[in-house]
Amino acid sequence: MGTQLTTTRTDQPDGPGPRPLPPVEKPRRRKRADRGEVSLLNGVGHLALFFWAVIVVVPIIWVFLASFKNTTEIFSSPWTLPAELRWENWGRAWTKANVGRYFLNSVLVVSCGTFLTMLLGSMAAYVLARYKFWGNRFIYYLFVSGLAFPVFLALVPLFFVVRNLGLLDTYTGLVLVYTAYSLPFTVFFLVAFFRTLPNSVAEAAMIDGASHTRLFFQVMLPMAKPGMISVTIFNIIGQWAQYQLPLVLVSSAKDKWVLTQGIADISVNAGYEADWSGLFAALTIAILPMIIVYAIFQRQIQSGLTAGAGK
Amino acid sequence: MRHGKYPFVIGFLAAPVLLYSVFVIAPYAQAFQISMTNWRGLSAPKWVGFDNYRQLVEDHRFWQAIQHHLVLLLALPLITIAIALFFSFMLNVAGKSSGGKRSGVWGSGFYRVVFFFPQVLAVAIIAVLFQTVYRPNESGLINGVLMKIGLDPILFLVNPNIALWSILGVLVWQAVGFYVVLFSAGIASIPGEIYEAAEMDGATRVTLFFRVTLPLLWDTLQVAWVYLGIAAFDAFAVVAVLSVDNGGPDGATTVLALEIYRNAFTYSKYGYASAMGVALFFLTITFAVFTLRVTKRESVEY
Repeated sequence: MGTQLTTTRTDQPDGPGPRPLPPVEKPRRRKRADRGEVSLLNGVGHLALFFWAVIVVVPIIWVFLASFKNTTEIFSSPWTLPAELRWENWGRAWTKANVGRYFLNSVLVVSCGTFLTMLLGSMAAYVLARYKFWGNRFIYYLFVSGLAFPVFLALVPLFFVVRNLGLLDTYTGLVLVYTAYSLPFTVFFLVAFFRTLPNSVAEAAMIDGASHTRLFFQVMLPMAKPGMISVTIFNIIGQWAQYQLPLVLVSSAKDKWVLTQGIADISVNAGYEADWSGLFAALTIAILPMIIVYAIFQRQIQSGLTAGAGK
Repeated sequence: MRHGKYPFVIGFLAAPVLLYSVFVIAPYAQAFQISMTNWRGLSAPKWVGFDNYRQLVEDHRFWQAIQHHLVLLLALPLITIAIALFFSFMLNVAGKSSGGKRSGVWGSGFYRVVFFFPQVLAVAIIAVLFQTVYRPNESGLINGVLMKIGLDPILFLVNPNIALWSILGVLVWQAVGFYVVLFSAGIASIPGEIYEAAEMDGATRVTLFFRVTLPLLWDTLQVAWVYLGIAAFDAFAVVAVLSVDNGGPDGATTVLALEIYRNAFTYSKYGYASAMGVALFFLTITFAVFTLRVTKRESVEY
């Protein structure tokens, strides 16, 4: 690395150390070229950043505005403000198009799924990270191997496993499957995390007479809080975004559909029923809570998700 | 730590391992087996060996899907990483340096928050969002504007020549912010002295980028490439929701995941769908191993 950097050192007027034969003209010209290049790069860079921000934000604002329009406005003036705030579009989406139902289903399944994932995942990870026993490595690799397989490979047999257990079209089935498919990453991440926790605290607690179970729930789990938060965020976002699993596992029970499924279905039907404003309202209802949650927790969400990816 | 260890270990592992074995390991194992049968759900499955695979090789749709994966596999990481690298450089290094600490250009914090936002939206929701953005008449966001100023509408999803690229656009739109944040974390861990030394030696920003940032970020780039490659092998939700006619027009945007889904749950060709799943599995694994091999180089110590 060092050699690469020093080869560019030829024309610094005030660089340290002796320099061979500095030409008088050259440094100044180089400096001016430098500044020109910098401002050009900065100009283009600023423009590009701004442009990308517009590309990200505009579709969302546009959908939000269109959720208050009526069909005529949507077609005749795609880029103007709505004439009035038609909250009835939202009401229609929430009740008639069942967005409220789908939303609550998603909340229910994801909160149960994430809770179960974190409970089972942290238990398994803790034991795998801190106890020596026969088969430890094998079970660890069994979990981690799940990271390498595409979910679509398992889709057909999974459908029949869930059906044979009588869990097709049930919340329970969805929660258990979400949990099972979230375990590989959760275990992988938390094993690494539990290994970094100090031994001394655990030993002190054991001497004080804490049982293994108590040690886990009252000492180790609180110490693992930063890692737990990262993985929880990762799992909530991942399970909230699930589309193919509910599509296969609760397809024929419309009252148990989750939000992604429901919105996708509404977008298909909006064309037939010509209820475009209802679709925009439904989309807004799906997007808005995520914007609000993200705005509040963006720091934790960003670090949580990238901590996951960096491992 | 001896006392009561085994009951505890078994107690803690039983539930997770059982759940995982039933819903993940068992289905994966069965998938390989089902791919060797002609199972269609009604009668008992009959062993047919490699018949499904033979059929697969002659399936036009299968090759179409593979072709699309190859396009996505090259374009998605290339475009996403190029944009994200440029942005993360702008947001972390390109600003004024004060007291040896590099900083980003004005508004960096704001851009980082905004760019990342699509990452927290579900892909299926994003697909519906872009369905309205891409709509071919005056109710679409882009075509509404184009038609107002008297231009012909672009048939994003209907024209088979640009449909796949329209879908790729959505994938890039969603991914860039995440990789900006990921690369930013990588850049932040590069010591400021290296930049300082390079600047003292007269390095321009372009040199800084290519000679300092890029080589020191190599490991992160490798991770990004693998992640984006795997994403390019999936793309189910976005294609299923966004494309016309499920992977259409006329298969112009189809992907393996969609063909698996269609063959299994529309035509009940479980054996055949599983064979496709196995093909997808080997493609993904090959890609990951290949990428890690090819991009392997001495990591730079600092």
